[in-house]
Amino acid sequence: MTQTKPSQITVAGSVENTHANNGHSHPEKWEWYHYFWYNTDHKVIGIQYIVTAFMFYLIGGLMAMAIRIELFTPDVDFLSPEVYNAFMTNHGTIMIFYWIVPSAIGGFGNFLVPLMVGAKDMAYPNLNAIAFWLNPLAGAFLIGSFFFGGSQTGWTAYPPLSIITANTAQSLWILSIVCVGTSSILGSLNFVITTWKLKVPTMKWTQLPLFCWAILATSLLALVSTPVLAAGLILLLFDINFGTGFFRPEMGGDVVVYQHLFWFYSHPAVYLMILPIFGIMSEVVPVHSRKPIFGYMAIVYSSMAICAVGLIVWVHHMFTSGTPGWMRMFFTITTLLVAVPTGVKIFSWVGTMWGGKIRYTCAMLFAVGLLLMFVVGGIGGVTLGNAPFDLHVHDSYYVVGHFHYVLFGGSVFGIYAGIYHWFPKMTGKMLDERLGRAHFLLTFIGTNLTFFPMHILGLQGMPRRVALYDPQFAELNQLVTYGSMILGLSLFPFLVNVIWSWVAGEDAPDNPWEALTLEWQTTSPPAIENFDEDPIVTHGPYDYGIVKLNRTPAEVSE
Amino acid sequence: MQQNHHEETIPGSMWTLAVGVLVTVISLWVGKNLSWTMPEQASLQAPLVDNLFDILITIGTALFLLTDGAIIYALIKFRHRPGDETDAAPIKGNLPLEIFWTAIPAIIVIFLGIYSTDVFREMGGLEPPGHHMGGSHSEMAQVMTAPDPDNESSKYGVGAAPDKQNVPADLQVKVTGLQFAWLFNYPEAGIMSGELHVPVGKEVKLELVATDVLHAFWVPQFRIKQDVMPGKPSQMRFVATKTGVFPIVCAELCGSYHGGMRSKIYVHTQEEYDAWLEENAIAAKNQDAVETVAVNTQDLSDEEFLAPYSSDLGIDRDTLSEIKSLASAITETAYQ
Ligand SMILES: [Cu+2]
Ligand SMILES: [Cu+2]
Repeated sequence: MTQTKPSQITVAGSVENTHANNGHSHPEKWEWYHYFWYNTDHKVIGIQYIVTAFMFYLIGGLMAMAIRIELFTPDVDFLSPEVYNAFMTNHGTIMIFYWIVPSAIGGFGNFLVPLMVGAKDMAYPNLNAIAFWLNPLAGAFLIGSFFFGGSQTGWTAYPPLSIITANTAQSLWILSIVCVGTSSILGSLNFVITTWKLKVPTMKWTQLPLFCWAILATSLLALVSTPVLAAGLILLLFDINFGTGFFRPEMGGDVVVYQHLFWFYSHPAVYLMILPIFGIMSEVVPVHSRKPIFGYMAIVYSSMAICAVGLIVWVHHMFTSGTPGWMRMFFTITTLLVAVPTGVKIFSWVGTMWGGKIRYTCAMLFAVGLLLMFVVGGIGGVTLGNAPFDLHVHDSYYVVGHFHYVLFGGSVFGIYAGIYHWFPKMTGKMLDERLGRAHFLLTFIGTNLTFFPMHILGLQGMPRRVALYDPQFAELNQLVTYGSMILGLSLFPFLVNVIWSWVAGEDAPDNPWEALTLEWQTTSPPAIENFDEDPIVTHGPYDYGIVKLNRTPAEVSE
Repeated sequence: MQQNHHEETIPGSMWTLAVGVLVTVISLWVGKNLSWTMPEQASLQAPLVDNLFDILITIGTALFLLTDGAIIYALIKFRHRPGDETDAAPIKGNLPLEIFWTAIPAIIVIFLGIYSTDVFREMGGLEPPGHHMGGSHSEMAQVMTAPDPDNESSKYGVGAAPDKQNVPADLQVKVTGLQFAWLFNYPEAGIMSGELHVPVGKEVKLELVATDVLHAFWVPQFRIKQDVMPGKPSQMRFVATKTGVFPIVCAELCGSYHGGMRSKIYVHTQEEYDAWLEENAIAAKNQDAVETVAVNTQDLSDEEFLAPYSSDLGIDRDTLSEIKSLASAITETAYQ
């Protein structure tokens, strides 16, 4: 694979016609220290997002380890209950708002969308940089909250508990979430405009890579839902600090209104965490199966359908709350409907693999792992969507098992697949596939061992968010803790691989996977303004088997 | 997806049939053998929930076997062979197939939606809002945090089964959730207890309210749960079908000691229940209500329960009785 260059991507090569140095001043290439400061290049920002998010992933992971050690025995013996609740709360907060959302949308979205649509950068590079730098600020608030005991009321922060517990920490927590929410709104705006306005004119909408469609759908969803969360949290902040009573029952406030505001955002947040991952899947699966994506339009429409229906399912988090029976049934039905477009996506990827020539690369392994486990998560989700069954398992470990299948087995596996797939493009270095396979195997085993038994625990009656539990649940909890240790171990081959490869790995060719989307038609890593010339798109992004790739240098025409 | 099928139509369809039969048999078997995952059934709602769960898991198992089976089959059958540098045949879709795998799940979820609604109604989940249960709360004062619990109480939660909606419950108990204990008030008998005692086979209605933060009342053996909220009374109606002692679990995060917020429900035979009632009613008569609370809620089981955690949590006897007397004061305001 010394030189792989699809002849159909025509990059007009006349020297006179160059866009370089048209007034901007920037270095020839970014040095490592450029990544630690304000930078408006979408590729730098993308990598900043991923690396920052990964640091938070490690912190959130350590909290999870501590939680699992505590739960190894039924008694409170490792953490105090307050610290336990702080870890439980911030584990969830970090994994959602500081790891999955920023790495999937901010990280991959920023790095890939401009490249994939053939643009030089995002539409508003400065806005983009500001959106990123809100994240370290938010992180500082969050870490600061630990000096005041940490917020202890779950990532849901339901009042009245959140009004009466660790007020300073809870307020800092709210500020930090408002910061990441603002970041998300700014970023989403940028994605929508970039895709809409900066897509090269030769690329038809039906040739837009599915990852870009996914980011577009995600951004629209974030723009609609995030302000509602911000509103709810700011009202909560006022209740805590300024004597208002929006959610204080003794002042005539309503505790359930907060839950509606919260879940109106936070159910869609589930899609913010999975739609970009679906986008990654739609890129990784066809490339490594050497076959066009199966049902391109169906995948586009299903993303839009998930967004639309996803906005009217939030009460399924409130089936046991202050909601009347008719509302519980209405949202049962809308929730069940989400299974249809989600199923379409899964089946489309299986259809893509079917009849392909599947290469067992690490990116593909993680993508397949995701598929296998997302089915379990999806089925669990359908069961939970039924209010009558949810009356039993709501707020139990069944729910914890379910959403970890979706968010770990789904989102985190998708992020890993994305890292293995695009690391050569991002860094210009290849990852080691053997270490990658060890990483995959440990992660896959660990995930199932950790999160499957949780379903049983919940069915049998173990509530979630507890530091101490009935001794009858001890055995399964020990199994879960062993699983989580495997998950902890799984990070070592990955970290070694990434650090070693980045520093001293084999140089990556421009297109190591022989892919057809535009990001692979430039150098690895891409030059500062991505393409010498606006690329001219002459074929679809997944035309494997149609577009003949030139595999040896001798065959390169022109 | 089709090429193989076209080449060998007959073996292909035989395989399809065999896979179909196998998947059906395994799924049905899994669905019928789920009882080990659940606690015993002890209420009228429990078998309804479990039947729904059986059906969900049967369908889910079939979908799991077909989808994950197809993935693993594809991984093996369609793996890249060394030396093969060509791409696969460019099949970009198959409209009938795509319609098929959109329509089948759509039909399944519509069926599930209808079935689920039916189960929910049977369980009492759709009892019409604002419905008044007759009974004994005429003397009940207004709860400080809720202007009219009587009107609100049947709005949220699990109500009476469809055939019992006009029948008042045989027993009504007022339940108060507070950090980190449950209090049970029997207004007719004037009893206040830290544990719930009910007769088997009788319609029981709990009126649930919290004094501080959110809690949730869950009896896993009954398969029902309802949030207990300050300012928003809710209800739970059930018929216990088995005598015995079952856990009452708080399922909504309510603070540091949330995991310890557990109590017990004693399902008695009618005779046992009457005896318990009599015994405690006499005790209640001899003391004024506040003291009863203090005595009854400080019973041993709570203490026993707390003992292992006392040192970690800093909850000792004094703290506990502090909590309990606070509780009694609050409850007094709520239900005197
Ligand atoms: Cu949801
Ligand atoms: Cu609780």
